[in-house]
Amino acid sequence: MPITPYHYLVLAAALFTIGVIGVMVRRNIIILFMSIELMLNAVNLNLVAFSRLYGHVVGQVFALFIVAVAAAEAAVGLGILLAFYRNKETLNVDEVNLLRG
Amino acid sequence: MLEAVAFYGLAALILGFGLMVVTARSAVHSVVFLVLNFLAVAVAYVVLAAEFLAVIQVLVYAGGIVVLYLFVVMLVNQKRAPEAHHDPHRKSGLGVMLAAAVLAEVTAIVVYTASSSPASVPTPPPAIAGNTEQVGLLLYTDYLIPFEVASMLLLAAMVGAILFARKAQ
Repeated sequence: MPITPYHYLVLAAALFTIGVIGVMVRRNIIILFMSIELMLNAVNLNLVAFSRLYGHVVGQVFALFIVAVAAAEAAVGLGILLAFYRNKETLNVDEVNLLRG
Repeated sequence: MLEAVAFYGLAALILGFGLMVVTARSAVHSVVFLVLNFLAVAVAYVVLAAEFLAVIQVLVYAGGIVVLYLFVVMLVNQKRAPEAHHDPHRKSGLGVMLAAAVLAEVTAIVVYTASSSPASVPTPPPAIAGNTEQVGLLLYTDYLIPFEVASMLLLAAMVGAILFARKAQ
């Protein structure tokens, strides 16, 4: 059976699931952020697979935009994380309750 | 045959490193596995004929974002590991089960779609050769305004990150 872009779609779905499990199971905020990066990578893999399937590079252009947004997200998210750590001296998501959420 | 070996080897690497990111005990180990995962994904991009994106992946992710993560891991010193604190209301098993259900569903959709649509759509040959040239042409013609908006987004994120991370006066 030849390898088609559909194989890569299944691979991306599995990678996305690993990221979801990381977000739901771990309590360390840094590892939560890394799981989000895993999910963004899975989406990029999907876009590139479709770009290959349809023989058009527009999927790769969208993947580039996702890379830019991921960089912005990581920078702002880690900045917020540092500010939070300075206030509460912890990295546990269960203790993020300053707004009584 | 060679393609199959490349795909399954890459899939094992990507998923294995992804699992290690999620399961590693210390955050530094997670960051290291994240780099390896990003590099494996970059190789997958090369296999899928997206060479420019592979280079960007190595430069931005493996070179930039991961260094940011490493800095933050070193800036926060964890006297009290987050995993030591246990919340009785947290239902991790349920989360894993839900994620597995989503994976099964998406896989079923892909298999169903793949059986009814062609493996590759016949497309006219591109006007210019070279992956980087094609991406660049599209980025600076049809997607010029999103491209500029992305640069503004990065500028705003940079200012915001500095504002959040510096000590309050």
